[in-house]
Amino acid sequence: MENFKKLTKKPLFLPIFCLILVLLINLIKSPDFFAIKISNGVLFGRVIDILNRGSEIAILAVGQTLVVAVSAGTDISVGSVMSLSACSCCMLLAGYGNTNVSALVMPIAVGMIAGVLMGGVCGAFNGALVSKLKIQPMVATLILFTAARAIGLLLCNNQITYIRVEEYKYLGNFIPGCPIPTPVFVAIAVILVVAIFLRKTALGLYIQSVGINSRAARISGINSDVICFICYVICGLCAGIAGIVASSRIYSADSNNIGLNYELDAILAVALGGNSLGGGKFNLAGSIIGAYTIQAITTTLLAMGVSTDVAPVFKAIIVIIIVVVQAPVFKAYMAARKAQKAHVKEAA
Amino acid sequence: MKTKKKLDSNTVLIIITICLFVFMYAVGCAIYQNKGFGNLQTFLNILINNAGLICVTCGMTCVMLTGGIDISVGSVIAMDCMLLVYGMTEWHMGAVPMVLLVLLIGLVFGLVQGFLVGYLQIQPFIVTMAGMFFGRGMTAVICSGQISITEADNPTFYAWANTKINLPEFLGQVNKHGKVVVPYMRPTVLIAIIVLVIIFLMLKYTKFGRNLYAVGGNQTSATMMGLNVKKTKMLSHVLSSFLCSIGGILYCLNTMSGSVNQARGLEMDAIASAVIGGTLLTGGVGNVIGSFFGVLINGTITVLVNTNGKLLSSWANIATAALLCVFIILQSVFALVKARRNK
Repeated sequence: MENFKKLTKKPLFLPIFCLILVLLINLIKSPDFFAIKISNGVLFGRVIDILNRGSEIAILAVGQTLVVAVSAGTDISVGSVMSLSACSCCMLLAGYGNTNVSALVMPIAVGMIAGVLMGGVCGAFNGALVSKLKIQPMVATLILFTAARAIGLLLCNNQITYIRVEEYKYLGNFIPGCPIPTPVFVAIAVILVVAIFLRKTALGLYIQSVGINSRAARISGINSDVICFICYVICGLCAGIAGIVASSRIYSADSNNIGLNYELDAILAVALGGNSLGGGKFNLAGSIIGAYTIQAITTTLLAMGVSTDVAPVFKAIIVIIIVVVQAPVFKAYMAARKAQKAHVKEAA
Repeated sequence: MKTKKKLDSNTVLIIITICLFVFMYAVGCAIYQNKGFGNLQTFLNILINNAGLICVTCGMTCVMLTGGIDISVGSVIAMDCMLLVYGMTEWHMGAVPMVLLVLLIGLVFGLVQGFLVGYLQIQPFIVTMAGMFFGRGMTAVICSGQISITEADNPTFYAWANTKINLPEFLGQVNKHGKVVVPYMRPTVLIAIIVLVIIFLMLKYTKFGRNLYAVGGNQTSATMMGLNVKKTKMLSHVLSSFLCSIGGILYCLNTMSGSVNQARGLEMDAIASAVIGGTLLTGGVGNVIGSFFGVLINGTITVLVNTNGKLLSSWANIATAALLCVFIILQSVFALVKARRNK
């Protein structure tokens, strides 16, 4: 019992517990859940599918974790920014006004980098509003939440832009000769770069100190505005990368549907990862496990015949349960009840 | 000295808003004169199309006065519309029971959100964001297609939607065929105006209204004055969701259909209208008259974009977002200047 209690106190307990729970439910429902087979030279299977589809959420969760930690607020524009970066990438590659091309106007790399940078610009806009003008993060990002999708529609002339070039599909699907889907590599690369960056520089420490008490951080010599701004830019860049991957998956830019409801998934991943939505300490590994847990839940729901439109109902309920359990008021109430129970026992 | 201080933040923003509305409308009249922009009917159409939004913005203003926010409104409207239409077409329910059911759902929705925000002290944004996805998902649970309601389905509801309230004849204009066209309103506009007046009076003259301002102005001092901050916050969310349900019914009377994607982004319109109308995001300042003009500005932008005909409809979204951005920056600049002066 004592050991079990110690285990539950570990920061990674909640995300790993949830992941195991979801996987167990799946295993009971369909025993061949973990089966992986190779056909046409690539890997197939439920687990591979979760790892593949979860890449975007994992990439978004990396950026979102930093934003939540530094500003105690969330960036709700990530889904829209994904769609904007995909649109700007496809618009550049296809040329403005073309909706269906099989030859590119410029090299793929230029378009993709421009798309990612577009995400960075959006992040910088959010960051400037939050850090310099002290606007509540969610209101500031609400602007791009609606505007980014609309700008994306403008860039694509209100249509879906298809890019029918084999090379463009590599990023979101498979590179010939490699059995593992490419998005998995992209996610690993992003996670590694950010993790090493946080570990090797003092940025991670700075973010935590700004998140816990930004005034104290400033007094001790940290430029808290700049730290906050950097976090938002990183979040924007992550959204840009996720947008390009999502666009490459369907080799097109569908402004209305790319990244739809992803903001909820990203925030849910952070909350499931054991991070407090009130800012301060953060745990990147937890968020990433959280992201794959979300994808496992989504895949399970889809396999059970729940449509993508209905899935948010369950996720919204999970979010509420997590934040209620995290809430200080709730914790205090539970502690008081426990103490009362112990008292009654003693008296008896 | 005191009056000057008042002029600084609140009144200036409202005056800017009213001037902006008059200016935009005048520009519209000048550019699109031949398309009938100057007609009284165009103005009335803005009211007709935005009757629901007026109700929603009234509720949003009340929540924002306490320093909170409610981004679930768009989804709640979609859910209300879908429930109304589905109930009347598939379950063959009467119009009155369905309307009462929708209002009840609004109250329950508000109670849950308000309890989480007020008593459990969770950030209003997180709670209402979960509400937003919950509402959108529930819309799909009811029906995932697009359904509309016709006269055969429910004559009462159809009659409500199509009643015209004609204005006096001397306001009419002679059209191309030499007939006098009398401008008209819909009952929805009347309901929206009544709601607006009630909320205005409530904020100004009742205890609850003043509590809202006190809680938003300074929560600590409100607590010290003996106000029940938790209850006030909860009631503000209940009021918002209830007004949102009324707004949903008005919205449904206007569109006569339900779909999962309906009213997507309406929360943005409501927040933008309230902010443009001078309600501070930090709470404590604002009133519904300003919000009303905010809605009018919002409606004018949409009409301007639509009248042009060549512009894509997404321009209306971008313009609203840009205006919201400008007004938020104005507010925060005002706040920074005030803070510097107090030093």
